[in-house]
Amino acid sequence: MSQPLADITPSEMMTVTAARALGNGTTCFVGIGLPSEAANLARLTHAPEAVLIYESGTLQTRPDVLPLSIGDGELCETALTTVSVPEMFRYWLQGGHVDVGFLGTAQIDRYANLNTTLVGDYREPKVRLPGGGGAPEIATNSKEVFVMVKQSRRTFVKDVDFITTVGFGRDGTARDNMHPETARHMGRGPTRVITDLCVMRPDPVDHELVVTALHPGVTRDQVIDATGWDIRFADTLETTAIPTAEEIEVLRSLKVRTERHHAGDTV
Amino acid sequence: MAEFLSLHDAVARFVENGATVAMEGFTHLIPFAAGHEIIRQQKRELTLIRMTPDLIYDQMIGMGCVKRLIFSWGGNPGVGSLHRLRDAVEHHHPVPLDIREHSHAAMACAYEAGAAGLPLAVLRGYVGSDLPKVNDQIKSITCPFTGEELAAIPSIRPDVAVIHAQKADRHGNVLIEGIIGVQKEAVLAATHSIVTVEEIVESLDTHPNACIIPGWAISAVVVAERGASPSYAHGYYPRDNGFYKTWDAIARNRESFAAWMNDHVMNARPEESTR
Repeated sequence: MSQPLADITPSEMMTVTAARALGNGTTCFVGIGLPSEAANLARLTHAPEAVLIYESGTLQTRPDVLPLSIGDGELCETALTTVSVPEMFRYWLQGGHVDVGFLGTAQIDRYANLNTTLVGDYREPKVRLPGGGGAPEIATNSKEVFVMVKQSRRTFVKDVDFITTVGFGRDGTARDNMHPETARHMGRGPTRVITDLCVMRPDPVDHELVVTALHPGVTRDQVIDATGWDIRFADTLETTAIPTAEEIEVLRSLKVRTERHHAGDTV
Repeated sequence: MAEFLSLHDAVARFVENGATVAMEGFTHLIPFAAGHEIIRQQKRELTLIRMTPDLIYDQMIGMGCVKRLIFSWGGNPGVGSLHRLRDAVEHHHPVPLDIREHSHAAMACAYEAGAAGLPLAVLRGYVGSDLPKVNDQIKSITCPFTGEELAAIPSIRPDVAVIHAQKADRHGNVLIEGIIGVQKEAVLAATHSIVTVEEIVESLDTHPNACIIPGWAISAVVVAERGASPSYAHGYYPRDNGFYKTWDAIARNRESFAAWMNDHVMNARPEESTR
């Protein structure tokens, strides 16, 4: 049964759509924030066997509440095992065990390059952001990458100010013509970008992001207004499936549980 | 063999002005008490290394202890920016801060290389990223066997590593449990090391593959109860997520930051300084 559309927020639509993209049994390297919410929703609904790993070293974790930080105790307590951070990045990620890298971002451009470093010039930044963290190698060493981010002109820019994490590079060719040994270990890069308005996928030839599905009730004009470049739409544009009542209920109770848990923290 | 010292004496002996200091902890077991003692002793011109500089580095930067930061993610996890770090980068306040920025994978490899006594770390990293354009310490190396070009960065070999752990026994052997981060690598990569612990016990009483750093590989062991707070110590106390959220407002302007540091660090005794 689907939830009545009027009752679903755009951000819930985004989370459910992103969760659905994660197949059961997939090994997913999870970024904090929105990706963590979607990956855990997937685990609690259609993908109970999804393996979630976080860069703090927690392998196959099943948190009951969403962590505030990437290294909350909840992640370690509910994990199959916890390894050191060098082991996580070297053996598990670089070693080729991750199917999907699930990332958020501050800025994204038409070739799905991500910027979490700064706005403006590197030496004299207008806004200094936290930096790359695990993302640069998650994006190249995972077999594919999902990006999840709320859509606006500030976020969706023609060219990012700084490529922290590569999608397809400045001209869409960054993953072409690699040394065979590198090519053997590099993933396909971003395969979907899920926003609160739509789903985008890279064009198979030039790798520019193309809208392939609109969320129910969203118009092309809304997407155009929220994108900083001349965004293309697929010839056959799909409409995202409406979330089920169960998905919405599980998501909301996860968020209530999480809020209650973190509100219990002393201030 | 590790010496058992007071926090004051350990910092006074091993952390010199101008030193390269790695205070590690991946969200968990962050050595706040030791950081506060470094601030109280007004150490200057430090090069700080850490994968995830969070509140304690924000405090050390805001108090003028730091000239250079080597890092891979500098934020308040789950909350937002580190405002003192931003003020230093964006407005050079209170002193200019030179930053050398990496990715997590690279820094993890560089700690491991440091622990292994190698000059550099090699990884399949930074592909397509702009980071090598702004950090001249990120170079490439060609594999002599396959011809593949790989990223190379210098290994991390700090003058001093400072970490916090759950417990030590009477010989100074230290047990770390939970999210273990890069702490063992940081200690083994460093010339000197200070390990603060929640308690000293008769026996570590653990399993054969536990993460233990032998006392003979550590310079000083210091008892600092709740020494990781507001971060957490697995099995002892939880992360004070509420304080991490509160810090955002405290650190947002220079005056409220200075007042908080005065009340909670500068005018506190070591055992009172952490929450």
